Amino acid sequence: MTAPLFDQWRARSPHYDDSHEAVCDSVRAFVTREIMPHVAEWEAAGELPRELHRKAAAAGVLGLGYPQEYGGSGTIGHDGGFDIFHSLVQSEELCRPGAGGIPASLQTHGIGLPPILATGSEELKRRIAPQVLAGEKVICLGITEPGGGSDVANLRTRAERRGSSYFVNGAKTLITSGMRADYITLAVRTGGAGIGGVSLLLVETERAGVSRTRLDKMGWLASDTATIHFDDVEVPAENLIGPENAGFGAIMRNFNGERLGMAQQAAAYARLCYEDALDWARQRETFGKPLVTRQAIRHKLARMLQMIHATQAMIDRAAWTVKTGCAFPGDFALLKVQATQTMEYCAREACQILGGASFVRGGRVERIYREVRVMAIGGGSEEIMYDLASRQFGF
Amino acid sequence: MKILVPVKRVIDYNVKPRVKADGSGVDLANVKMSMNPFDEIAVEEAIRIREAGKAEEIVVVSVGPTKAQETLRTALAMGADRAILVQVEDDVDVEPLAVAKILKAIAEQENPGIVMLGKQSISDDSNQTGQMLAALMGRPQGTFANTVEVDGDSVTVKREIDGGLETVKLSLPAIVTTDLRLNEPRYASLPNIMKAKQKPLENKTPADYGVDIAPRLKTLKVAEPPVRSAGIKVADVDELVAKIKALGIA
Ligand SMILES: Cc1cc2nc3c(=O)[nH]c(=O)nc-3n(C[C@H](O)[C@H](O)[C@H](O)COP(=O)(O)OP(=O)(O)OC[C@H]3O[C@@H](n4cnc5c(N)ncnc54)[C@H](O)[C@@H]3O)c2cc1C
Ligand SMILES: Cc1cc2nc3c(=O)[nH]c(=O)nc-3n(C[C@H](O)[C@H](O)[C@H](O)COP(=O)(O)OP(=O)(O)OC[C@H]3O[C@@H](n4cnc5c(N)ncnc54)[C@H](O)[C@@H]3O)c2cc1C
Repeated sequence: MTAPLFDQWRARSPHYDDSHEAVCDSVRAFVTREIMPHVAEWEAAGELPRELHRKAAAAGVLGLGYPQEYGGSGTIGHDGGFDIFHSLVQSEELCRPGAGGIPASLQTHGIGLPPILATGSEELKRRIAPQVLAGEKVICLGITEPGGGSDVANLRTRAERRGSSYFVNGAKTLITSGMRADYITLAVRTGGAGIGGVSLLLVETERAGVSRTRLDKMGWLASDTATIHFDDVEVPAENLIGPENAGFGAIMRNFNGERLGMAQQAAAYARLCYEDALDWARQRETFGKPLVTRQAIRHKLARMLQMIHATQAMIDRAAWTVKTGCAFPGDFALLKVQATQTMEYCAREACQILGGASFVRGGRVERIYREVRVMAIGGGSEEIMYDLASRQFGF
Repeated sequence: MKILVPVKRVIDYNVKPRVKADGSGVDLANVKMSMNPFDEIAVEEAIRIREAGKAEEIVVVSVGPTKAQETLRTALAMGADRAILVQVEDDVDVEPLAVAKILKAIAEQENPGIVMLGKQSISDDSNQTGQMLAALMGRPQGTFANTVEVDGDSVTVKREIDGGLETVKLSLPAIVTTDLRLNEPRYASLPNIMKAKQKPLENKTPADYGVDIAPRLKTLKVAEPPVRSAGIKVADVDELVAKIKALGIA
């Protein structure tokens, strides 16, 4: 088989049919025309243009998997024929440029919007969702604080109820799309200590008392990442998402979807590393023979494939549990670790195979290597995932 | 008015083609295939004409293997109304003349006001089918379309020619072939992909149209283009100019 791995893996899976291939074709055309030519430009700018969100909305990318009444393609089991595997295909294709900041920042609604749709009031859904899915507004998710991201139960940003408003004080950091976002789905403390005092609040970033600082990063250069300060920001009480002090559960449920998506992204980046390394190994000759003929190199490539296949099998199984309504959080925690370790291994070995060329800026593999850490830490770090899994699996 | 849009399934334009080891052709095994980009532009243009209220129905047709159904479904997901697959064996490459004859037979049954083709397919770059069809049918042709304006019983086509645009006015029915800058095709969204599954797709064979698709051409050998040899670096503009002069280019 000489064709790229990117196009083959679905062919021998029971979960994908011609509708998934059609989504693949459509998203690939979108990525090729609307994203590929601009990667360097957006990485230099440190953010995505608003126009991309509108184009992605028109192409059906932003709305995939969201309710039709708010402008989406339809949800699982409802009109439109959507199943979770369409999302996986789309995630994979959006990763093809090998520039993680682009899918991350284009799709922060994937983490910012679901809590609103799952627990928000009808008024809030109607006010926020259609504009976000049309690409007119950008929404982000604010959980992590300067004091820590893993220990969500002990977050410190406070929202105090006075009359018909909440007054927010505190800070969030490492927030993807945080510089550009119009809305932030904000985790705040409304009650006492621990998980029972956490709520979610929709905050418009144009409100008085919100200020933001841009963070420069190792990778995800095309994504604007911010520290956001809240200084006595008045937010109307109707912006509360779900019941007061019931935010922790909503945050945790949201993580399952985020982790599945991140796992597919990590698998996609691992595939790109494999493809570029194989391509290089075929062409590069040392000591009179192509690298790909050397056992040391063949074993690296074979191991990459082994790990990628194992990861995809776990992803597909986890997605199947979502599709059939028997999802278990412990699976998603282990899946995320499996996927980012695969990405890490493949990025490392692809760099080894490329040799000195992998250290020079501009290549896909070099960029992916710099984006391993955010995948292994963001959305729940490896240590925390193992910890969560052990508790979920009952030890 | 009805618009007939032929679409071809070709190797995806992002894929770097590899020549088969025996030099008999391009290796298509496990390679991503998609709609010829010029045909996508033709489908888009037809949809825009319909959206402007100047056409009622868009029929897409593909001469190709079973898998060309996927290409037709893509066109249906973009917005075409129904499809015809003229099925041939998997490894058969139908030459432009045979395709043109099949299209002529279909056009005689369907009576489209416009047959909108891509100017060429990126698989063999023949750039012949539209012209052959026009000749076989004795219809006017507007090739390499940069803009298309339908007005009553005529269509005005601005053609891309060397150094500029040429405007031609054709009386309908007519043949139009699309160039790259005519439009930016839309992307098929999942709901439209699902709707496309319900749209009619008719299965035919070349024999149904009485067309003999036996090849008239024989391919002797297919080879990779020669690898570009490494360039040289020059220190400054003066050296560059000197090198160019030395090569006798300027
Ligand atoms: C590019 C980027 C984008 C991000 N985007 C967002 C966003 O949009 N929204 C958002 O809310 N957050 C975002 N994050 C933050 C991310 O979710 C956090 O970085 C992550 O949750 C870890 O939190 P922390 O960085 O504060 O590390 P800490 O919580 O301080 O942990 C530091 C290290 O200690 C380990 N550790 C912590 N506790 C334990 C323990 N009990 N036992 C063993 N080990 C432990 C962790 O695994 C980690 O390795 C983003 C991060 C990055 C890098
Ligand atoms: C920042 C930087 C600074 C540098 N500075 C200098 C400098 O000052 N002077 C200088 O001369 N060079 C310098 N180098 C080049 C460096 O020495 C080479 O990158 C290194 O020797 C590897 O060569 P290569 O990159 O051409 O990889 P290749 O030789 O193409 O090898 C690619 C990969 O294949 C493996 N490989 C090769 N042959 C085999 C085999 N037979 N069996 C199994 N595996 C094999 C290698 O281990 C490597 O992982 C620098 C490199 C970097 C990144």
